[in-house]
Amino acid sequence: MALYSEKVMDHFRNPRNVGVIEDANGIGEVGNAKCGDIMKMYLKIEDDVVQDVKFETFGCGSAIASSSMATELIKGKPVSEVMKLTNKAVAEALDGLPAYKMHCSVLAEEAIHSALEDYQKRTGKSI
Amino acid sequence: MIYADNAATTKMSEAAIQTMTALFQEAWGNPSSLYGHGQEAKEVLEKAREEIAAVIGAQSQEILFTSGGSEADNQAIRSAAALGAKKGKRHIVSTAFEHHAVLHTLKKLEEEGFEVTLLPVHENGIVRPEEVAAAIREDTCLVTVMFANNEIGTIQPIREIGAICREKGVLFHTDAVQAVGHLPIDVNADNIDMLSASAHKFHGPKGVGFLYVRKGIRLTNLIEGGAQERGKRAGTENVPGNAAMATALRETASQMPETTARLTVIRDRIIRGLSEIPHAALNGDAERRLPSNINFCFEGIEGESLLLLLDDKGICASSGSACTSGSLDPSHVLLAIGRVHDVAHGSLRLSIGEDITEEEADYIVRSVKDVVAYLRSFSPIWRDLTEGKKQFIL
Repeated sequence: MALYSEKVMDHFRNPRNVGVIEDANGIGEVGNAKCGDIMKMYLKIEDDVVQDVKFETFGCGSAIASSSMATELIKGKPVSEVMKLTNKAVAEALDGLPAYKMHCSVLAEEAIHSALEDYQKRTGKSI
Repeated sequence: MIYADNAATTKMSEAAIQTMTALFQEAWGNPSSLYGHGQEAKEVLEKAREEIAAVIGAQSQEILFTSGGSEADNQAIRSAAALGAKKGKRHIVSTAFEHHAVLHTLKKLEEEGFEVTLLPVHENGIVRPEEVAAAIREDTCLVTVMFANNEIGTIQPIREIGAICREKGVLFHTDAVQAVGHLPIDVNADNIDMLSASAHKFHGPKGVGFLYVRKGIRLTNLIEGGAQERGKRAGTENVPGNAAMATALRETASQMPETTARLTVIRDRIIRGLSEIPHAALNGDAERRLPSNINFCFEGIEGESLLLLLDDKGICASSGSACTSGSLDPSHVLLAIGRVHDVAHGSLRLSIGEDITEEEADYIVRSVKDVVAYLRSFSPIWRDLTEGKKQFIL
């Protein structure tokens, strides 16, 4: 019995969309070092669609996997849809997370919402 | 697989397995039965008690078999508290970085009206005897200080603390779970009144341990029932387990000088190697530590992801990060030596075994270096630190 599902381990071992977008127009950072998790999401939004997304994460295996999965779920999606992303969707896409790790998926949701808010502030566009 | 988590548990020795399996088939009688078959089991049990006593310089009637270190800690502390309470003494001195078996028992006693002083362990992870002396009051009934810390491996000045307690007439207990079999212990020379040990930390079976109690100290029962263990611990004795514990302890203790010499060299080789990682720091005193223990903090990364990636490389280790403990706070031991949350989350404990080779040690160092560098490559904290937006702590 492993600690995490195969999906979690796959996204942890081979995280998708890792890195920085230099000309991102929406950046969100949530969590804090004191608690041991920080997620930073970079969005490049054009024509109301998330054209590119990258992340940087300091945290445990499930935090890294949640970030990775969240980026996959939103890449290429219209902003209106991305706005509705929930932590539950992230956790389900990972075939579940241990109960005490659910907050990692919450962080992923919050990081994306925070990046969208930043985009709104920068562009003055309402979503 | 390189098993570097011997502070968590050890592999049973071949000799201990043989002792145990043979006894399951041979001396399976009840030691309390009067017929020959029962008395054979009784003899095996008493021989084990003698062998264990000999290793720590005790008398065999001073050894009480328990289910492990936690039970031994609970019983020792509860007993001293009960003795103290009779004389109106309700103050206990301990340290901030004890094992939870000690800390949680003390917490319970606080709820029952006892007062507990937890001494600081300073940056090097070592208790100062003069601070123990200063903390002892008229109403102090017990001092309990661990022999060697389970996370950072620092060895405490047990003999000096014991001498202070003796001079002041206060009972002295030590949780020696990490030390028995690995460090020289003589309960008389070291001025110890009570000592807890656990078999699976020295290649014995799990679920077995012992409490050394100096003659004349009255124990309080945790388990009521039959008259086993001189009436102080009811329940039919685990004869094969206790005998295997004695076999394991004799063997581990007899190899101690060679093991210590060899492991110290390899430990220091790993410490030197990991010290090359930028913004990393050894936790606990570099010299006054168990020959098997290496504990580091790496800034900008989190411990659980480090462990998972080391596991992928075939290395078993542990961490004091919150994510590995299932709570929000990182290890109380790392916090006690002054590590702040941010870096305590990025800790790694390696507790190497007797059979480790230099090649394996070098492979561990290479692997840790690679994994730390990889995790830092996409850590937002590391970016802030390297871009000067945040100050390095280490």
